[in-house]
Amino acid sequence: MNQDVYVVIEHLQGTVADISYIMLTAARDLAQKTSGQVVGVLLGYNAENLASTLAADSVLYADHAALKEFSADAYQKTVASLIQEKEPRVLLFGNTSIGADVASVLSARLSLPLIGSCVQISDGKLISQICGGKIMAESELAETTTLITIIPGGYKAEEGQSENSPEVISFDAPALDDLRIMLKSYIEPEAGDVDISKEDFLISIGRGIQTEDNIELADELAEMLGGTVCASRPIVDQGWLPTSRMVGKSGQTVKPKLYLALGISGAPEHVEGMAGSEMIVAINMDPNAPIFDIATYGVEFDFFDLIDPLLEQVEEAAEG
Amino acid sequence: MKNIVAIVKMVPDLVEELEINEDGTDLDRDWLRLIINEFDNHAIEQAILLKEREGGEVTVIAPEAEGVEDMLFTTAAKGADRMIKLEGDFEDGVNNHALARAFAEKTKSYQPDLILTGVQANDDLDGSIGPLVAEYLGMPYVGYISGVTIEGEKALVKKEYPGGLIGEMEVTLPAVLGIQAGEEPPRYVAISKVRQMMKTSEIDEQEVPELDSSGGIAANRMYLPEAAERAEMIEGDEGEIAAKLVEIFKEVGAL
Amino acid sequence: MADTATVGFTTEFYNSLFDVADGEKLKTCLQCADCSGICPFGYLMDFPPGRMIAWMRAGILDEMLESDSVWMCVSCYACTEVCPKGIPLTPGLMTRAKEELLLAGNIPAELQSALEFSQRYGNPLGESPRKRAAWTEGLDFDIPIMRKAKRPVDVLWFVGDYASYHPRVQETTIAFAKLLNNLGIDFGILGPEENSDGDSQRLAGERGLFEMLAEKNGKAFGKYEFGEIITTDPHAYNAIKNEYPQLGIEYPVRHYTEFLAERIEDIKPLLKDNGEKKVTYHDPCYLGRANDIYDAPRALLEAIPGVEIVEMAHTKSTSLCCGGGGGGMWLDGFQWEKGEVRLSDWRVKEAVTAEAEVLAVACPYEPPRFEDSTKTIEGAEKITVRDILELLIEAIE
Repeated sequence: MNQDVYVVIEHLQGTVADISYIMLTAARDLAQKTSGQVVGVLLGYNAENLASTLAADSVLYADHAALKEFSADAYQKTVASLIQEKEPRVLLFGNTSIGADVASVLSARLSLPLIGSCVQISDGKLISQICGGKIMAESELAETTTLITIIPGGYKAEEGQSENSPEVISFDAPALDDLRIMLKSYIEPEAGDVDISKEDFLISIGRGIQTEDNIELADELAEMLGGTVCASRPIVDQGWLPTSRMVGKSGQTVKPKLYLALGISGAPEHVEGMAGSEMIVAINMDPNAPIFDIATYGVEFDFFDLIDPLLEQVEEAAEG
Repeated sequence: MKNIVAIVKMVPDLVEELEINEDGTDLDRDWLRLIINEFDNHAIEQAILLKEREGGEVTVIAPEAEGVEDMLFTTAAKGADRMIKLEGDFEDGVNNHALARAFAEKTKSYQPDLILTGVQANDDLDGSIGPLVAEYLGMPYVGYISGVTIEGEKALVKKEYPGGLIGEMEVTLPAVLGIQAGEEPPRYVAISKVRQMMKTSEIDEQEVPELDSSGGIAANRMYLPEAAERAEMIEGDEGEIAAKLVEIFKEVGAL
Repeated sequence: MADTATVGFTTEFYNSLFDVADGEKLKTCLQCADCSGICPFGYLMDFPPGRMIAWMRAGILDEMLESDSVWMCVSCYACTEVCPKGIPLTPGLMTRAKEELLLAGNIPAELQSALEFSQRYGNPLGESPRKRAAWTEGLDFDIPIMRKAKRPVDVLWFVGDYASYHPRVQETTIAFAKLLNNLGIDFGILGPEENSDGDSQRLAGERGLFEMLAEKNGKAFGKYEFGEIITTDPHAYNAIKNEYPQLGIEYPVRHYTEFLAERIEDIKPLLKDNGEKKVTYHDPCYLGRANDIYDAPRALLEAIPGVEIVEMAHTKSTSLCCGGGGGGMWLDGFQWEKGEVRLSDWRVKEAVTAEAEVLAVACPYEPPRFEDSTKTIEGAEKITVRDILELLIEAIE
């Protein structure tokens, strides 16, 4: 077993996902403790160029037609064979639609221990976040190769990016025929609506908005501030706003100048998508809402009692 | 489609305050209120929808926990055909590797064409259950599913990626799917129907002799996060708060 | 839907209605349309009560299962009050219709949440049951919680859901606590052992849920010794007085207005004159029409020095519902989308016309609903909404 920290790189439609850079930063912390290298593991088809921005000491690249699009089957087989050959100390996977499909399967297939939902490495210890962010758990690497899934929140993606293209070493993918999972097509998100990731001022609504017709209150405020309304997942699931307005793990990641969170509790899946905002103002009746841990300013008040004086004063200020 | 199995577990209800046990290694389970894992609830809805469309039978399996009987009878009232409660050493908390092995073992006899479970649960510390069950059964696993169509020996599933992108994947059956959202929100079922189920149907209790939790790592310690960098709270009545918010809006250039 | 399933529905449904108390009177409906006419939302329903009866008689009510307009009914009892044949339209017809729709899975999402919360947490707001008595913290006197007090009390005060958890309504609750304290009444509350009375859930079609909640409350009542139950919530009053006995849970119960009116001579000396004000009183549906209590609340108001009572156009048995009952509290979004009108807005307009300065209420659904309306109705900005209890305490402190 070597002492290296392998990071399974996630990429989609030709772009490296932010989680990959976040993992590389975490890997750096960990590699210092294990006295090993940070090695990116890149799987793809004619995708070697994706390695150039990775802040890794080296990148192991497997090129195969079956790896062109993500298929859990293909990734599992390829990473498994790599693990068996190289025996790295640690492998990091994203706790995402890509990484989570692979990590647990490998844990079972190769009987390797798995630590999930890790948000930070602290002095070689793995800090995981569970129960909606309300509980933290601290674990240690096992004696054998350990698999870890990483969630965003502890590191900035920028720190995992590099201008010095790392060395790329090819390795052979194993036989990848008879895959049981195959991509047929992509369905792109609804176009023709606003791209919230480009907006400066976002008014975001959560379950606290209570009913669909209350959304017009947020609309009014957004209009006066020259902003746009976006939402956490439950609002979109109800069909009250289109998917293009969703912020969070399955939606958009946004970094506006102002993120005004109305009635949003701040569950990790949502925070993932907006923690990078420059200024976060949260209005929520629950003093224990996790959103207050990441907000710049917090208001523990009933939004419905606040909205009328707020709209009034905003209107005055806009005219004056 | 003949047999669909839904794998379900109860998780801490986050409405209540959570507490750590005395030696700081785990949740204090004495006062824990449990609720069905939200994503498992979606999985059940998806299973019932598939049964309504394709026919077949739905079996729901859950490990013993406080409130699990009510939950199982509710799934029966929604349309599940069989309720299985696993009995074993679950009281002090059990990791997903152990649960998955137990589920895999018990599920075999139902010869499922499709196994549905929530893509994650709030108390997952060693990955989620679905992929583990899949591997123990030698089946393929796809997670983050928000739509399922059966096409003969295969399932066509909608897999959610970030940014609202969806990948349509073809999966050979039998398979395990990690449900992110059912095609419909979980339906309501009148309590009278649930109570009727309690009188007319029975939960099948099955013993799990041993739990093998290898593959999961026990945490050294668990703790409540420090509210270290908490937000600066704005106080006052609605007028005062509104005034301060307007100042902030001006500060960032929105006004 | 399969034909066999629906063909039976109308007949089965119609016949089941006769099982409700006085249900047989349905057969005597004159089709006078008084009910549909007086129903505040009748014009928005596909099936207002009169039409429902007509279609049932014609054997073609199956369509009702697919229509969602029954959810516009706020169980305000206006139809029942006015029916010349005394048909129990609200409890008999409308509630039964909602029960059928619920069984068929036809239910607006907001209502679904309230019902699911009621089942899980014992309150429709989804708040932690452990915090049900949190409103008592910060008072400068102790409120006995039965489980801890472990002694008999004269009066068991059934507080209610919104009174326990809703910030605006907690103010009313605290006012009553202070009054009881001032009057030296020996009382206690159930605190976390109290569950929702279940009445609104019952009227929204969830009979099973109502029974479950009633059973839990019945168990809690059974553990303790007390002389009578009093409540500040007309819905709880209605449930405990009129519905719980059918489940074998029978206790003397009074609404706070009756309780305090009896002690009016003890209260009067405490009340100061804080100036004149015109006060109009809104008769809550479940105190007024449903339980014939009209005078006690007015007696309390008249006792306050400086208060001049003005009546609104609709008053006493013709009072206009605030829109909160029968599940209406959890159907605002749904009802707004149908009609873009709020019943509480109409009522507040009447208060404006009556030139009232204060709109006095006696039901926990009302303060938040009416206060919202005062913010949007022209001329209502100066109207304050106060529970009678708050007016009494203001005159004392």
